[in-house]
Amino acid sequence: MTMVFGIPIQAFLGQLLVGLINGSFYAMLSLGLAIIFGMLRIINFAHGAQYMLGAFVGYLLLATAGIGYWPALILVPLIVGLIGVVIERLAISRLYNLDPLYGLLFTFGLALVLEGVFRYYYGVSGRPYATPPLLSGGTNLGFMFLPNYRGWVVVASLVVCLGTWLAIEKTKFGSYLRAATENPSLVQAFGVNVPLLLTLTYGIGSGLAGLAGIMAAPVYQVSPLMGSDLIIIVFAVVVVGGMGSILGAIVTGYILGLAEGLTKVFYPEASSTVVFVIMALVLLVRPAGLFGKDA
Amino acid sequence: MAELAPLLSVRGLNAWYGESHALHGVDLDVLPGETVTLLGRNGVGKTTTLRAIMGLIRKRTGTITYEGRELMRLPLHHTARRGLGFVPEERGIFATLSVDENLVLPPVVAPGGMSIEEIFTLFPNLKERRNSQGTKLSGGEQQMLAIARMLRTGVRTLLLDEPTEGLAPVIVQRIGEVLRELKARGMTILLVEQNFRFARRIADRFYLMEHGKVTAGFPVAEIEARMPLLHDVLGV
Repeated sequence: MTMVFGIPIQAFLGQLLVGLINGSFYAMLSLGLAIIFGMLRIINFAHGAQYMLGAFVGYLLLATAGIGYWPALILVPLIVGLIGVVIERLAISRLYNLDPLYGLLFTFGLALVLEGVFRYYYGVSGRPYATPPLLSGGTNLGFMFLPNYRGWVVVASLVVCLGTWLAIEKTKFGSYLRAATENPSLVQAFGVNVPLLLTLTYGIGSGLAGLAGIMAAPVYQVSPLMGSDLIIIVFAVVVVGGMGSILGAIVTGYILGLAEGLTKVFYPEASSTVVFVIMALVLLVRPAGLFGKDA
Repeated sequence: MAELAPLLSVRGLNAWYGESHALHGVDLDVLPGETVTLLGRNGVGKTTTLRAIMGLIRKRTGTITYEGRELMRLPLHHTARRGLGFVPEERGIFATLSVDENLVLPPVVAPGGMSIEEIFTLFPNLKERRNSQGTKLSGGEQQMLAIARMLRTGVRTLLLDEPTEGLAPVIVQRIGEVLRELKARGMTILLVEQNFRFARRIADRFYLMEHGKVTAGFPVAEIEARMPLLHDVLGV
């Protein structure tokens, strides 16, 4: 059997793939967090709950209306994004002129409420969400067996992250976002409706979390706690990447996912803490994060 | 003598930064096509006046009318849409945007703005550097860009805050030429300027500000007669 560093190559690549899958979700979630933080200066603690909401909306669409995975891939981000828009208009928009602590407390409370509601109705045990038939099964790559759905997740998340990054860097709407991140009142004095831009940004960020949620449903199980399990790591990703850096969030998401996978191969005991060890080291060397500007 | 109705009219304008009362009843008028300069020492409220007119300072009382319509109750992003363009003292060039993106950032609010081609004819430097990062430009080029980006939007009035501050004499001269060119095209300009020699070459009228109030107003023709006062207040 082929060995890598004394480990069978199948096990090595298998863990690397698990790391890449996890990294795909870290990247999509930290991307949304970074966009929201950059524009709104709000640390969106409800992001994990919105990811969970995405998975549950997908689950409920299937269970109650028979709407399957592919339409849900469009509908779920729209629904979760729309809920985000309503939350921003009703509550978050009233917190901009207050201490940032209020935004943090509000979104943290919102996450607890959302999780509590779903736990009340659905309990804590996970519910399975079937892999769409088109992507069931797997492909033998010769050196390893790749479940088709997992391959899809990696590719789709790369497309989503790159597409979002390009939309921010290359489009007119993106230039409004970048400018308003730097100096919102001047952009508004030029006649741009910045309050609307903030609402849309929160909607887009929430929608991205929802999209990650429905994509995660067939990989992990649909459970009220799936978001809180993930969100702490995602915050570490954002800190390592540099608060508000879009590219930093994406790249760091994949890197930390892979680092986690590799640690599982070589020193499984540390696999759940390696992300935080890396975070501590990065903060020591570059307090603004790997891609942060004020280092 | 038939009086033109003012394009911009400010009456009893008070403004606050938090608890600090910065403007104590500013009155001023700007006629269509006029270039009016606010003179005064540092800290008398010239910049505050411009920012309060734009709506960037929200804690304010009094009346501000533009084309006869009240501006006070408008949300910030509606002031520009009425036809007022703002060039801030710190220039406000965006670091994460290219020169081109900076140039087209402010939305067009009325027809009759310049085309990109016309703007590049007026500011050839910007054309050469259109793909550079906005803040990689020199101070003079950033000032040109801050003015240039308002010209595309079709605004009829420019509020300019110290456009010559910290710039080399040859650049100051170039900005003077640009402002005269804009004036010839019918642009109305309200200018805050410390550089008195620069201001006297382009302004039609002056207001002198002291302690958050306008204390004198006179046309450029009276400038020689006013020199003793200006000498007293400004030290020029």
